[in-house]
Amino acid sequence: MTEDMLLKISHVDAFHGSFQALWDVSLTVKPGEIVAIIGANGAGKSTLLDTISGLVHPAKGSIEFEGKIISTMEPFQVVGLGISQTPEGRRIFSDLTVLENLIIRSYNRRARPEREDNLQRVYQFFPVLDERKSQMAKTLSGGEQQMLAIGRGLMSNPRLMLLDEMSLGLAPIVVNELYKVLREIRDRGITILFVEQNVRRSLNEADRAYIMEAGRVILSGNAAELREEERVKKAYFGT
Amino acid sequence: MTLLSDLATPLVMGVLLGGLYAVIALGLSLVFGVVKEINIAHGDLVILGSYFGYVAMTVLGIDPILSLVIGMPILFGIGFVIQKYLLNRAFKISVDATLIIAFGISIILQNTYQLLWTPLSRGLTTSYALASFSAGPIHVPLTYLLDFIVAIIVMLLLRTFLMKTYLGKAIRAAAQDRKAAHLMGINTDQVYACTFGISAVLAAVAGIFLGLTFSFTPVSGMSFLLIALGIVVLGGIGSIVGTFVGGIAFGLAQTLGGYSLGLAAQMLVAYVMVLVVLALIPRGIFGR
Repeated sequence: MTEDMLLKISHVDAFHGSFQALWDVSLTVKPGEIVAIIGANGAGKSTLLDTISGLVHPAKGSIEFEGKIISTMEPFQVVGLGISQTPEGRRIFSDLTVLENLIIRSYNRRARPEREDNLQRVYQFFPVLDERKSQMAKTLSGGEQQMLAIGRGLMSNPRLMLLDEMSLGLAPIVVNELYKVLREIRDRGITILFVEQNVRRSLNEADRAYIMEAGRVILSGNAAELREEERVKKAYFGT
Repeated sequence: MTLLSDLATPLVMGVLLGGLYAVIALGLSLVFGVVKEINIAHGDLVILGSYFGYVAMTVLGIDPILSLVIGMPILFGIGFVIQKYLLNRAFKISVDATLIIAFGISIILQNTYQLLWTPLSRGLTTSYALASFSAGPIHVPLTYLLDFIVAIIVMLLLRTFLMKTYLGKAIRAAAQDRKAAHLMGINTDQVYACTFGISAVLAAVAGIFLGLTFSFTPVSGMSFLLIALGIVVLGGIGSIVGTFVGGIAFGLAQTLGGYSLGLAAQMLVAYVMVLVVLALIPRGIFGR
Protein backbone atom coordinates (compact mmCIF):
# COMPACT_ATOMS: atom_id res chain seq x y z
CA MET A 1 0.00 0.00 0.00
CA THR A 2 2.70 2.46 1.03
CA GLU A 3 4.78 1.48 -1.99
CA ASP A 4 2.40 2.91 -4.55
CA MET A 5 2.09 6.26 -2.78
CA LEU A 6 4.01 9.05 -4.45
CA LEU A 7 3.63 11.40 -1.49
CA LYS A 8 2.77 10.41 2.04
CA ILE A 9 2.32 13.00 4.76
CA SER A 10 1.85 11.51 8.21
CA HIS A 11 0.66 13.42 11.30
CA VAL A 12 2.50 16.64 10.56
CA ASP A 13 2.56 19.61 12.94
CA ALA A 14 4.18 22.81 11.66
CA PHE A 15 4.75 26.27 13.09
CA HIS A 16 5.21 29.83 11.87
CA GLY A 17 7.24 31.19 14.76
CA SER A 18 5.10 30.38 17.78
CA PHE A 19 1.89 30.06 15.78
CA GLN A 20 0.92 26.49 15.00
CA ALA A 21 -0.25 26.44 11.37
CA LEU A 22 -0.68 22.69 10.87
CA TRP A 23 -2.18 20.19 13.34
CA ASP A 24 -1.72 16.48 12.79
CA VAL A 25 -2.13 16.68 9.03
CA SER A 26 -2.04 13.44 7.06
CA LEU A 27 -2.43 13.23 3.30
CA THR A 28 -1.47 10.92 0.46
CA VAL A 29 -1.09 11.34 -3.27
CA LYS A 30 -0.88 8.43 -5.70
CA PRO A 31 1.05 8.62 -8.96
CA GLY A 32 -0.98 10.15 -11.77
CA GLU A 33 -3.61 11.73 -9.54
CA ILE A 34 -4.89 15.27 -9.42
CA VAL A 35 -5.53 16.08 -5.79
CA ALA A 36 -6.98 19.32 -4.44
CA ILE A 37 -6.52 20.94 -1.06
CA ILE A 38 -9.49 23.18 -0.35
CA GLY A 39 -10.07 25.65 2.42
CA ALA A 40 -10.56 29.27 3.40
CA ASN A 41 -7.78 31.81 3.86
CA GLY A 42 -5.57 30.85 6.79
CA ALA A 43 -6.61 27.21 6.76
CA GLY A 44 -2.97 26.16 6.39
CA LYS A 45 -3.04 25.15 2.72
CA SER A 46 -0.03 27.19 1.68
CA THR A 47 1.89 26.19 4.78
CA LEU A 48 1.26 22.58 3.88
CA LEU A 49 2.74 23.10 0.41
CA ASP A 50 5.71 24.97 1.92
CA THR A 51 6.25 22.10 4.33
CA ILE A 52 6.37 19.64 1.42
CA SER A 53 8.80 21.95 -0.40
CA GLY A 54 11.16 22.12 2.58
CA LEU A 55 10.64 25.82 3.22
CA VAL A 56 9.05 24.95 6.57
CA HIS A 57 10.28 21.95 8.49
CA PRO A 58 7.61 20.03 10.42
CA ALA A 59 7.89 19.99 14.21
CA LYS A 60 6.28 16.55 14.32
CA GLY A 61 5.38 13.85 11.82
CA SER A 62 7.01 12.92 8.55
CA ILE A 63 6.77 13.47 4.80
CA GLU A 64 7.79 10.74 2.39
CA PHE A 65 8.26 11.10 -1.35
CA GLU A 66 8.68 7.85 -3.30
CA GLY A 67 9.43 6.16 0.01
CA LYS A 68 12.16 8.63 0.95
CA ILE A 69 11.87 10.89 4.01
CA ILE A 70 12.02 14.47 2.75
CA SER A 71 10.79 16.38 5.81
CA THR A 72 14.32 17.25 6.94
CA MET A 73 15.61 18.27 3.51
CA GLU A 74 16.43 21.73 2.23
CA PRO A 75 14.24 23.20 -0.56
CA PHE A 76 16.85 22.74 -3.30
CA GLN A 77 17.19 19.05 -2.41
CA VAL A 78 13.41 18.60 -2.58
CA VAL A 79 13.37 20.21 -6.03
CA GLY A 80 16.18 17.87 -7.03
CA LEU A 81 14.07 14.84 -6.11
CA GLY A 82 11.30 15.94 -8.46
CA ILE A 83 8.86 18.12 -6.53
CA SER A 84 8.19 21.58 -7.91
CA GLN A 85 6.02 24.25 -6.35
CA THR A 86 4.38 27.12 -8.20
CA PRO A 87 3.80 29.51 -5.32
CA GLU A 88 0.86 31.79 -4.68
CA GLY A 89 1.27 35.15 -6.38
CA ARG A 90 3.40 33.51 -9.09
CA ARG A 91 6.64 35.08 -7.79
CA ILE A 92 8.33 35.19 -11.16
CA PHE A 93 11.60 37.12 -11.34
CA SER A 94 10.36 40.33 -12.90
CA ASP A 95 13.83 41.61 -13.85
CA LEU A 96 14.85 38.42 -15.60
CA THR A 97 13.71 37.58 -19.12
CA VAL A 98 11.05 34.94 -19.75
CA LEU A 99 13.70 32.51 -20.96
CA GLU A 100 15.95 33.20 -17.97
CA ASN A 101 13.02 32.57 -15.64
CA LEU A 102 12.55 29.17 -17.28
CA ILE A 103 16.21 28.19 -17.51
CA ILE A 104 17.02 29.11 -13.91
CA ARG A 105 14.86 26.24 -12.75
CA SER A 106 16.62 23.60 -14.79
CA TYR A 107 19.96 23.32 -13.01
CA ASN A 108 19.33 20.36 -10.76
CA ARG A 109 20.75 17.00 -11.74
CA ARG A 110 17.38 15.58 -12.86
CA ALA A 111 16.51 18.49 -15.10
CA ARG A 112 19.77 19.60 -16.66
CA PRO A 113 20.16 16.85 -19.27
CA GLU A 114 16.55 17.31 -20.38
CA ARG A 115 16.54 21.09 -20.46
CA GLU A 116 15.90 21.43 -24.20
CA ASP A 117 13.10 18.84 -24.20
CA ASN A 118 11.46 20.46 -21.20
CA LEU A 119 11.74 23.88 -22.76
CA GLN A 120 10.09 22.66 -25.96
CA ARG A 121 7.37 21.04 -23.90
CA VAL A 122 6.71 24.32 -22.05
CA TYR A 123 6.52 26.17 -25.38
CA GLN A 124 4.10 23.53 -26.63
CA PHE A 125 1.80 24.09 -23.67
CA PHE A 126 2.20 27.87 -23.77
CA PRO A 127 3.23 29.11 -27.25
CA VAL A 128 3.02 32.71 -26.02
CA LEU A 129 6.11 32.11 -23.85
CA ASP A 130 8.09 31.16 -26.94
CA GLU A 131 7.01 34.39 -28.64
CA ARG A 132 8.02 36.46 -25.62
CA LYS A 133 11.07 34.56 -24.45
CA SER A 134 13.46 37.52 -24.61
CA GLN A 135 11.09 39.99 -22.94
CA MET A 136 11.48 40.98 -19.30
CA ALA A 137 9.02 38.89 -17.29
CA LYS A 138 7.42 41.99 -15.77
CA THR A 139 6.09 43.00 -19.20
CA LEU A 140 3.79 39.95 -19.34
CA SER A 141 0.09 40.15 -18.51
CA GLY A 142 -1.19 38.47 -15.35
CA GLY A 143 -2.36 35.38 -17.24
CA GLU A 144 0.92 35.10 -19.13
CA GLN A 145 2.83 35.45 -15.88
CA GLN A 146 0.87 32.54 -14.45
CA MET A 147 1.67 30.52 -17.60
CA LEU A 148 5.33 31.38 -17.03
CA ALA A 149 5.04 30.32 -13.40
CA ILE A 150 3.55 26.96 -14.40
CA GLY A 151 5.99 26.55 -17.27
CA ARG A 152 8.83 27.26 -14.90
CA GLY A 153 7.49 24.53 -12.65
CA LEU A 154 7.89 22.04 -15.50
CA MET A 155 11.50 23.01 -16.13
CA SER A 156 12.81 21.20 -13.06
CA ASN A 157 11.47 17.97 -14.61
CA PRO A 158 9.13 17.19 -11.71
CA ARG A 159 7.25 14.02 -10.84
CA LEU A 160 4.94 16.00 -8.58
CA MET A 161 3.76 19.57 -9.16
CA LEU A 162 2.41 21.67 -6.32
CA LEU A 163 0.29 24.63 -7.42
CA ASP A 164 -0.82 27.31 -5.00
CA GLU A 165 -3.87 29.42 -5.91
CA MET A 166 -3.07 29.54 -9.58
CA SER A 167 -6.40 31.04 -10.61
CA LEU A 168 -6.24 33.95 -8.16
CA GLY A 169 -7.02 37.26 -9.89
CA LEU A 170 -7.32 35.78 -13.38
CA ALA A 171 -10.23 35.95 -15.81
CA PRO A 172 -12.33 32.73 -15.95
CA ILE A 173 -11.41 32.16 -19.58
CA VAL A 174 -7.70 32.17 -18.69
CA VAL A 175 -8.35 29.88 -15.74
CA ASN A 176 -10.16 27.41 -18.01
CA GLU A 177 -7.15 27.42 -20.29
CA LEU A 178 -4.76 26.78 -17.38
CA TYR A 179 -6.80 23.85 -16.07
CA LYS A 180 -6.89 22.37 -19.56
CA VAL A 181 -3.09 22.47 -19.62
CA LEU A 182 -2.98 20.98 -16.14
CA ARG A 183 -4.91 17.96 -17.36
CA GLU A 184 -2.51 17.62 -20.30
CA ILE A 185 0.41 17.80 -17.89
CA ARG A 186 -1.14 15.02 -15.87
CA ASP A 187 -1.61 12.97 -19.02
CA ARG A 188 2.15 13.21 -19.50
CA GLY A 189 2.59 11.39 -16.19
CA ILE A 190 3.12 14.27 -13.81
CA THR A 191 1.12 14.11 -10.60
CA ILE A 192 -0.59 17.27 -9.41
CA LEU A 193 -1.45 18.56 -5.95
CA PHE A 194 -3.13 21.94 -6.05
CA VAL A 195 -4.49 24.44 -3.57
CA GLU A 196 -7.57 26.41 -4.46
CA GLN A 197 -10.12 28.58 -2.71
CA ASN A 198 -12.74 28.00 -5.36
CA VAL A 199 -14.42 24.84 -4.04
CA ARG A 200 -16.69 24.15 -6.99
CA ARG A 201 -13.84 24.43 -9.46
CA SER A 202 -11.55 22.25 -7.34
CA LEU A 203 -14.05 19.45 -6.98
CA ASN A 204 -14.68 19.50 -10.72
CA GLU A 205 -10.99 19.33 -11.65
CA ALA A 206 -9.61 16.97 -9.02
CA ASP A 207 -9.86 13.21 -8.58
CA ARG A 208 -9.70 13.52 -4.82
CA ALA A 209 -9.73 16.40 -2.37
CA TYR A 210 -8.81 17.30 1.17
CA ILE A 211 -10.73 20.02 2.96
CA MET A 212 -8.79 21.99 5.55
CA GLU A 213 -9.95 24.25 8.32
CA ALA A 214 -7.79 26.04 10.91
CA GLY A 215 -4.73 23.92 10.18
CA ARG A 216 -6.52 20.55 10.23
CA VAL A 217 -7.82 18.22 7.56
CA ILE A 218 -11.52 17.99 8.38
CA LEU A 219 -12.77 16.01 5.41
CA SER A 220 -11.28 14.07 2.54
CA GLY A 221 -12.33 11.75 -0.22
CA ASN A 222 -13.30 11.27 -3.80
CA ALA A 223 -14.12 14.62 -5.45
CA ALA A 224 -17.41 13.37 -6.88
CA GLU A 225 -18.50 12.13 -3.47
CA LEU A 226 -17.45 15.33 -1.75
CA ARG A 227 -19.62 17.31 -4.15
CA GLU A 228 -22.62 15.43 -2.80
CA GLU A 229 -21.54 15.60 0.84
CA GLU A 230 -24.04 17.59 2.90
CA ARG A 231 -21.41 19.37 4.97
CA VAL A 232 -19.57 20.54 1.90
CA LYS A 233 -22.76 21.69 0.20
CA LYS A 234 -23.77 23.60 3.26
CA ALA A 235 -20.42 25.18 4.00
CA TYR A 236 -19.28 26.02 0.52
CA PHE A 237 -22.12 25.97 -1.97
CA GLY A 238 -24.68 27.59 0.30
CA THR A 239 -27.46 25.11 -0.45
CA MET B 1 38.36 81.36 -17.88
CA THR B 2 40.67 81.30 -14.87
CA LEU B 3 37.85 79.95 -12.70
CA LEU B 4 37.21 77.23 -15.24
CA SER B 5 40.85 76.29 -15.52
CA ASP B 6 41.18 76.40 -11.73
CA LEU B 7 38.16 74.14 -11.43
CA ALA B 8 39.35 71.77 -14.13
CA THR B 9 41.76 69.83 -11.92
CA PRO B 10 39.39 69.24 -8.96
CA LEU B 11 36.61 68.33 -11.40
CA VAL B 12 38.68 65.72 -13.20
CA MET B 13 40.17 64.43 -9.96
CA GLY B 14 36.73 64.11 -8.43
CA VAL B 15 35.43 62.04 -11.32
CA LEU B 16 38.51 59.81 -11.42
CA LEU B 17 38.54 59.39 -7.65
CA GLY B 18 34.88 58.45 -7.92
CA GLY B 19 35.98 55.42 -9.91
CA LEU B 20 38.08 54.16 -7.00
CA TYR B 21 35.25 54.85 -4.59
CA ALA B 22 32.87 52.94 -6.82
CA VAL B 23 35.12 49.86 -6.77
CA ILE B 24 35.37 50.11 -2.97
CA ALA B 25 31.57 50.41 -2.67
CA LEU B 26 30.70 47.75 -5.27
CA GLY B 27 31.28 44.77 -2.99
CA LEU B 28 29.33 46.39 -0.18
CA SER B 29 26.46 47.13 -2.54
CA LEU B 30 26.45 43.58 -3.90
CA VAL B 31 26.16 41.95 -0.47
CA PHE B 32 23.66 44.58 0.66
CA GLY B 33 21.51 44.07 -2.43
CA VAL B 34 21.64 40.27 -2.62
CA VAL B 35 22.12 38.90 0.87
CA LYS B 36 20.51 41.96 2.57
CA GLU B 37 23.41 42.22 4.98
CA ILE B 38 25.34 45.39 5.79
CA ASN B 39 28.88 44.09 5.83
CA ILE B 40 30.55 46.43 8.30
CA ALA B 41 33.82 44.58 7.73
CA HIS B 42 33.90 45.43 4.01
CA GLY B 43 36.32 48.33 4.49
CA ASP B 44 38.64 46.07 6.46
CA LEU B 45 38.56 43.46 3.70
CA VAL B 46 39.55 46.22 1.28
CA ILE B 47 42.49 47.09 3.55
CA LEU B 48 43.38 43.39 3.69
CA GLY B 49 43.71 43.66 -0.08
CA SER B 50 46.00 46.67 0.41
CA TYR B 51 48.21 44.78 2.87
CA PHE B 52 48.28 41.85 0.49
CA GLY B 53 49.74 44.13 -2.15
CA TYR B 54 52.13 45.54 0.45
CA VAL B 55 53.47 42.11 1.34
CA ALA B 56 53.74 41.11 -2.30
CA MET B 57 55.71 44.27 -3.01
CA THR B 58 58.01 44.43 0.01
CA VAL B 59 58.56 40.75 0.81
CA LEU B 60 58.19 39.02 -2.54
CA GLY B 61 59.14 41.91 -4.79
CA ILE B 62 56.08 41.45 -7.02
CA ASP B 63 54.12 44.33 -8.49
CA PRO B 64 51.01 44.83 -6.33
CA ILE B 65 48.68 44.67 -9.33
CA LEU B 66 50.15 41.33 -10.40
CA SER B 67 49.74 40.03 -6.85
CA LEU B 68 45.98 40.05 -7.48
CA VAL B 69 46.40 36.72 -9.26
CA ILE B 70 46.95 35.19 -5.81
CA GLY B 71 45.11 37.81 -3.78
CA MET B 72 41.72 37.46 -5.48
CA PRO B 73 41.30 33.69 -4.94
CA ILE B 74 42.45 34.00 -1.33
CA LEU B 75 40.00 36.83 -0.61
CA PHE B 76 37.26 34.83 -2.35
CA GLY B 77 37.95 31.93 -0.01
CA ILE B 78 37.90 34.16 3.07
CA GLY B 79 34.64 35.79 2.01
CA PHE B 80 33.04 32.44 1.13
CA VAL B 81 33.94 30.97 4.53
CA ILE B 82 32.72 34.04 6.46
CA GLN B 83 29.30 33.87 4.79
CA LYS B 84 28.95 30.10 4.74
CA TYR B 85 29.98 29.34 8.31
CA LEU B 86 29.16 32.55 10.18
CA LEU B 87 26.70 34.85 8.48
CA ASN B 88 24.37 32.27 6.90
CA ARG B 89 23.83 30.80 10.36
CA ALA B 90 23.46 34.20 11.98
CA PHE B 91 20.94 35.24 9.33
CA LYS B 92 18.62 32.44 10.42
CA ILE B 93 18.49 34.09 13.86
CA SER B 94 18.06 37.69 12.72
CA VAL B 95 19.53 40.36 10.46
CA ASP B 96 20.87 42.13 13.55
CA ALA B 97 22.97 39.08 14.37
CA THR B 98 24.79 39.39 11.03
CA LEU B 99 25.50 43.04 11.78
CA ILE B 100 27.10 42.21 15.11
CA ILE B 101 29.15 39.36 13.66
CA ALA B 102 30.41 41.58 10.84
CA PHE B 103 31.35 44.18 13.44
CA GLY B 104 33.29 41.50 15.33
CA ILE B 105 35.08 40.44 12.14
CA SER B 106 35.98 44.08 11.55
CA ILE B 107 37.61 44.40 14.98
CA ILE B 108 39.46 41.09 14.61
CA LEU B 109 40.83 42.13 11.22
CA GLN B 110 41.94 45.58 12.42
CA ASN B 111 43.78 44.11 15.40
CA THR B 112 45.38 41.43 13.27
CA TYR B 113 46.71 44.11 10.92
CA GLN B 114 48.16 46.02 13.89
CA LEU B 115 49.90 42.89 15.13
CA LEU B 116 51.28 41.92 11.76
CA TRP B 117 52.13 45.28 10.25
CA THR B 118 52.19 47.73 13.22
CA PRO B 119 49.97 50.84 13.29
CA LEU B 120 52.34 52.68 10.93
CA SER B 121 50.98 54.21 7.77
CA ARG B 122 51.85 52.22 4.62
CA GLY B 123 51.50 52.80 0.91
CA LEU B 124 52.06 50.88 -2.30
CA THR B 125 54.76 53.21 -3.58
CA THR B 126 55.57 51.75 -6.97
CA SER B 127 57.32 53.86 -9.59
CA TYR B 128 54.10 54.57 -11.48
CA ALA B 129 52.25 55.40 -8.25
CA LEU B 130 54.20 58.66 -8.05
CA ALA B 131 53.87 59.67 -11.71
CA SER B 132 51.36 62.24 -12.87
CA PHE B 133 50.05 63.49 -16.17
CA SER B 134 49.07 66.90 -17.42
CA ALA B 135 46.68 68.01 -20.12
CA GLY B 136 46.28 71.76 -20.50
CA PRO B 137 45.42 73.17 -17.08
CA ILE B 138 44.78 69.72 -15.62
CA HIS B 139 47.35 67.98 -13.43
CA VAL B 140 46.34 64.60 -12.09
CA PRO B 141 48.28 61.70 -10.53
CA LEU B 142 48.52 58.75 -12.91
CA THR B 143 47.02 56.39 -10.35
CA TYR B 144 43.76 58.33 -10.42
CA LEU B 145 43.43 57.64 -14.12
CA LEU B 146 44.32 54.00 -13.50
CA ASP B 147 41.64 53.79 -10.78
CA PHE B 148 39.00 55.03 -13.17
CA ILE B 149 39.93 52.63 -15.96
CA VAL B 150 39.98 49.73 -13.52
CA ALA B 151 36.58 50.79 -12.18
CA ILE B 152 35.05 50.59 -15.64
CA ILE B 153 36.64 47.22 -16.37
CA VAL B 154 35.55 45.78 -13.01
CA MET B 155 31.99 46.97 -13.46
CA LEU B 156 31.71 45.59 -16.98
CA LEU B 157 33.08 42.24 -15.84
CA LEU B 158 30.72 42.09 -12.88
CA ARG B 159 27.76 43.01 -15.06
CA THR B 160 28.63 40.38 -17.65
CA PHE B 161 29.07 37.80 -14.92
CA LEU B 162 25.67 38.61 -13.38
CA MET B 163 23.91 38.61 -16.76
CA LYS B 164 25.48 35.63 -18.50
CA THR B 165 26.42 32.91 -16.01
CA TYR B 166 24.15 30.57 -14.08
CA LEU B 167 25.64 31.72 -10.78
CA GLY B 168 25.07 35.34 -11.81
CA LYS B 169 21.43 34.63 -12.65
CA ALA B 170 20.97 32.68 -9.44
CA ILE B 171 22.42 35.65 -7.54
CA ARG B 172 19.97 38.01 -9.24
CA ALA B 173 17.08 35.64 -8.59
CA ALA B 174 17.99 35.25 -4.91
CA ALA B 175 18.27 39.04 -4.61
CA GLN B 176 14.80 39.56 -6.07
CA ASP B 177 12.89 36.89 -4.17
CA ARG B 178 14.45 34.59 -1.61
CA LYS B 179 11.49 32.22 -1.33
CA ALA B 180 11.07 31.89 -5.07
CA ALA B 181 14.81 31.23 -5.40
CA HIS B 182 14.47 28.36 -2.93
CA LEU B 183 11.62 26.91 -4.98
CA MET B 184 13.71 27.14 -8.15
CA GLY B 185 16.05 24.62 -6.62
CA ILE B 186 18.71 27.24 -5.99
CA ASN B 187 20.96 26.39 -3.05
CA THR B 188 20.66 29.86 -1.59
CA ASP B 189 23.20 29.33 1.21
CA GLN B 190 25.77 28.46 -1.43
CA VAL B 191 24.76 31.40 -3.62
CA TYR B 192 25.10 33.80 -0.70
CA ALA B 193 28.53 32.41 0.17
CA CYS B 194 29.63 32.91 -3.44
CA THR B 195 28.18 36.43 -3.44
CA PHE B 196 30.18 37.30 -0.34
CA GLY B 197 33.24 35.71 -1.92
CA ILE B 198 32.82 37.85 -5.04
CA SER B 199 32.36 40.90 -2.83
CA ALA B 200 35.70 40.05 -1.18
CA VAL B 201 37.34 39.68 -4.61
CA LEU B 202 36.10 43.19 -5.41
CA ALA B 203 37.60 44.27 -2.08
CA ALA B 204 40.93 42.75 -3.10
CA VAL B 205 40.98 44.78 -6.31
CA ALA B 206 39.83 47.93 -4.51
CA GLY B 207 42.52 47.42 -1.85
CA ILE B 208 45.35 47.36 -4.36
CA PHE B 209 44.26 50.53 -6.13
CA LEU B 210 43.45 52.22 -2.84
CA GLY B 211 47.00 51.45 -1.71
CA LEU B 212 48.43 52.85 -4.94
CA THR B 213 46.41 56.06 -4.47
CA PHE B 214 46.44 56.70 -0.71
CA SER B 215 48.42 55.60 2.31
CA PHE B 216 46.63 53.30 4.72
CA THR B 217 46.80 52.13 8.34
CA PRO B 218 45.19 49.13 10.10
CA VAL B 219 42.10 51.20 10.89
CA SER B 220 41.65 52.88 7.48
CA GLY B 221 38.92 50.37 6.61
CA MET B 222 36.38 52.18 8.77
CA SER B 223 36.71 55.52 6.99
CA PHE B 224 36.42 53.86 3.59
CA LEU B 225 33.41 51.90 4.82
CA LEU B 226 31.73 55.20 5.65
CA ILE B 227 32.45 56.50 2.15
CA ALA B 228 31.17 53.26 0.62
CA LEU B 229 27.98 53.38 2.69
CA GLY B 230 27.37 56.94 1.51
CA ILE B 231 27.83 55.84 -2.10
CA VAL B 232 25.50 52.86 -1.78
CA VAL B 233 22.83 55.11 -0.30
CA LEU B 234 23.41 57.70 -3.04
CA GLY B 235 23.37 55.30 -5.96
CA GLY B 236 20.68 52.90 -4.79
CA ILE B 237 21.26 49.51 -3.20
CA GLY B 238 22.42 46.72 -5.47
CA SER B 239 22.74 48.77 -8.66
CA ILE B 240 26.09 48.66 -10.47
CA VAL B 241 25.43 51.82 -12.48
CA GLY B 242 24.09 53.49 -9.35
CA THR B 243 27.25 52.65 -7.45
CA PHE B 244 29.35 54.10 -10.26
CA VAL B 245 27.33 57.32 -10.41
CA GLY B 246 27.23 57.50 -6.61
CA GLY B 247 31.01 57.07 -6.49
CA ILE B 248 31.55 59.90 -8.96
CA ALA B 249 29.08 62.16 -7.13
CA PHE B 250 30.87 61.43 -3.89
CA GLY B 251 34.30 62.05 -5.42
CA LEU B 252 33.15 65.32 -6.96
CA ALA B 253 31.54 66.55 -3.74
CA GLN B 254 34.77 65.81 -1.95
CA THR B 255 37.20 67.49 -4.35
CA LEU B 256 34.95 70.47 -5.10
CA GLY B 257 34.13 70.86 -1.40
CA GLY B 258 37.82 70.73 -0.60
CA TYR B 259 38.59 73.20 -3.35
CA SER B 260 36.04 75.80 -2.28
CA LEU B 261 35.81 75.33 1.51
CA GLY B 262 39.19 73.85 2.39
CA LEU B 263 40.39 70.29 2.93
CA ALA B 264 38.72 70.02 6.34
CA ALA B 265 35.29 70.43 4.76
CA GLN B 266 35.69 67.59 2.19
CA MET B 267 33.73 64.95 4.04
CA LEU B 268 31.22 67.45 5.37
CA VAL B 269 30.23 68.49 1.86
CA ALA B 270 30.05 64.89 0.66
CA TYR B 271 27.82 63.78 3.52
CA VAL B 272 25.54 66.80 3.32
CA MET B 273 25.01 65.75 -0.28
CA VAL B 274 24.22 62.17 0.82
CA LEU B 275 21.66 63.48 3.32
CA VAL B 276 20.04 65.77 0.76
CA VAL B 277 19.72 62.96 -1.79
CA LEU B 278 18.39 60.64 0.90
CA ALA B 279 15.75 63.20 1.86
CA LEU B 280 14.67 63.84 -1.75
CA ILE B 281 14.98 60.31 -3.24
CA PRO B 282 15.13 57.84 -0.33
CA ARG B 283 15.79 54.86 -2.65
CA GLY B 284 18.85 56.47 -4.16
CA ILE B 285 19.44 57.70 -7.69
CA PHE B 286 19.12 54.26 -9.30
CA GLY B 287 17.22 52.50 -6.54
CA ARG B 288 14.15 50.41 -7.22
